[in-house]
Amino acid sequence: MALNNVWVFAQVANGAPTSATLELLTKARSLSSSVTAFIAGDGNAAAAALGEYGATKVYAADTGKNLPGVAIASAMKAVIDGGETPDLVMFPQNYEGRDVMSRLSVKIDKTVITNNVDIVDSGNGVTVVTPIFGGNTLVSTTFTGAAPFLAAFRPKSFAAESAGGAAAAVTAVSVPDLGATGGAQVNAVHVEETTGPKLDEANIVVAGGRGLGEAPAYAMVDELATILKGAPGASRAIVDAGWVPYSYQVGQTGKVVKPNIYIAAGISGATQHMVGMKGSKNIIAINKDKEAPIFGVADLGIVGDVHKVLPKLIEALKGR
Amino acid sequence: MNVIVCVKQIPDPAAPGALDGATNTLKRDGKLILDDSDAYGVEMALQLVDKAGGGEVSLISMAPNGETAGLRTALAMGAAKGVLVSDPALQGSDALTTAKVLAAAVKKLGGADLIIGATESSDGYTGTVPEQMAELLGLPSVTFAKKVSVEGGVLKVDRQTEEGYDEVTCPMPALISVTAGVVEPRYPSFKGIMAAKSKPVEEVTASDLGVTPVGWAGAGQQITNVAQAEARQAGEIIEDDGESFAKIVGFLENLKAI
Ligand SMILES: Cc1cc2nc3c(=O)[nH]c(=O)nc-3n(C[C@H](O)[C@H](O)[C@H](O)COP(=O)(O)OP(=O)(O)OC[C@H]3O[C@@H](n4cnc5c(N)ncnc54)[C@H](O)[C@@H]3O)c2cc1C
Ligand SMILES: Nc1ncnc2c1ncn2[C@@H]1O[C@H](COP(=O)(O)O)[C@@H](O)[C@H]1O
Repeated sequence: MALNNVWVFAQVANGAPTSATLELLTKARSLSSSVTAFIAGDGNAAAAALGEYGATKVYAADTGKNLPGVAIASAMKAVIDGGETPDLVMFPQNYEGRDVMSRLSVKIDKTVITNNVDIVDSGNGVTVVTPIFGGNTLVSTTFTGAAPFLAAFRPKSFAAESAGGAAAAVTAVSVPDLGATGGAQVNAVHVEETTGPKLDEANIVVAGGRGLGEAPAYAMVDELATILKGAPGASRAIVDAGWVPYSYQVGQTGKVVKPNIYIAAGISGATQHMVGMKGSKNIIAINKDKEAPIFGVADLGIVGDVHKVLPKLIEALKGR
Repeated sequence: MNVIVCVKQIPDPAAPGALDGATNTLKRDGKLILDDSDAYGVEMALQLVDKAGGGEVSLISMAPNGETAGLRTALAMGAAKGVLVSDPALQGSDALTTAKVLAAAVKKLGGADLIIGATESSDGYTGTVPEQMAELLGLPSVTFAKKVSVEGGVLKVDRQTEEGYDEVTCPMPALISVTAGVVEPRYPSFKGIMAAKSKPVEEVTASDLGVTPVGWAGAGQQITNVAQAEARQAGEIIEDDGESFAKIVGFLENLKAI
């Protein structure tokens, strides 16, 4: 089927669209000539960038203190009820994206297919591709029934490329009365301070796992990342243990990274970790267990103790 | 305070996953266990009810083959009772259908002050079911909760975000989804395990709950292909002899990273 009208749930951070948003817009414009970005907050600030990457129209909804999930989904539903007919709504596979698509799927009674890395419109069906078993197997699923189709994509599934488009036209839409569903209110926002490149944008990522033994040993990972002008990352095991904040987590439920170089120190390579870093160009792994699954994807694998290898490596690099 | 916890029963995650050759869905025919992700919700519920000084924790689960082993684990931790929705027709259900079934199970229990699910399940990880349930039940929700308390009848939640966390308040009744690590799940005691054997688990079908269509018929999607992804070329693996750091330095040099 022809996708005449594609919507993208767009997100902004510090006034600019997130990279996941630009990736989705790039893909959306290859699927359809009419691409609409749906955004929480001020659409005007982002209209130029959204237009540049392919959005022709922006719907902006002021969500106030509401969590964006229920508020944006309600605003989307109101626009659909007003007569607009999106064939496909694309979401980033992240916290906010998940909340919006879940609420919308119920409001319009449509299935939502999550965790995708690709989408194909064959002309007689729209098919999404989802990796399972740590990305070893790719499952293609075709939407049945009538549009709109709802699909969520993992970050970095598509390369963001500017189309050189003009600023998108912004239409403010209001959030309908949410009744009881709008009861949750955000009263304070806490942002963790970080220095250096962002984890999902860094050219080099140094990640640590439970093999470091104890929280203070993470300082080695931090130091190596700093020396290499990269970003420090982590497995979920040490995030859950409270050694580092969640924003460090790489994997299925954390960030997807595709740096030039990924160094995994004391990480076993669980499938949920691998889906977040397997796309790295070059992978170096240090693990004392030569059977660790991480070695299956490593370009250079060191079977050894992180407490012996990392200090020497840091020393050698410092001396340069 | 009464709390209902969603508990998914899943194949042992330590066992390698496999697809059913006929339907291309995850195999779920062996023994199922309590999803670790939901153990946090059960623990959170028990602690909140304990603090409130009254009320009980009930469980809801949907599983196609009448499995109760995972439910028994949660009952052994201290939950009072459970509803299991089990029906061969449920095979192949998508997340939305699952949410409809679980929302109907909530109604069957007469609702609750709080409904708890996990941020995502270990085997399906669509991560949409709890928020879909909230919408079906007309409830406010706070997803990705990493700290939860009740003060003056209002939920106070630290909600994890990509860059940090938000402080969120929410009136009850409400639904929350909790992240791993939010609390430390207790191990069932011997007494708890014995007591769990006689705790009530009511088994119902989807049609008992009035939810149709379910399974493949309700899914709005069809698996059309399964393929192997391109494998990464294996690289060089060496044993550390005290000098392996130099190998890494050389590798980084080659890539002009240093
Ligand atoms: C639904 C779900 C989602 C998940 N999402 C994620 C996710 O997003 N990201 C993620 O990372 N995980 C995720 N996980 C968890 C994942 O399954 C693993 O539990 C986790 O990745 C393991 O972390 P780890 O490798 O640090 O620890 P372990 O698996 O315990 O591995 C530690 C490794 O360190 C090695 N080691 C020990 N001592 C030393 C030493 N002195 N020197 C060198 N090596 C040593 C060991 O040989 C071992 O291989 C998820 C799990 C579930 C169920
Ligand atoms: N079949 C089920 N039975 C009980 N709870 C479920 C079921 N499926 C999903 N859930 C709940 O919803 C959460 C998210 O599931 P998922 O959408 O599969 O990632 C799970 O962790 C459970 O708390």
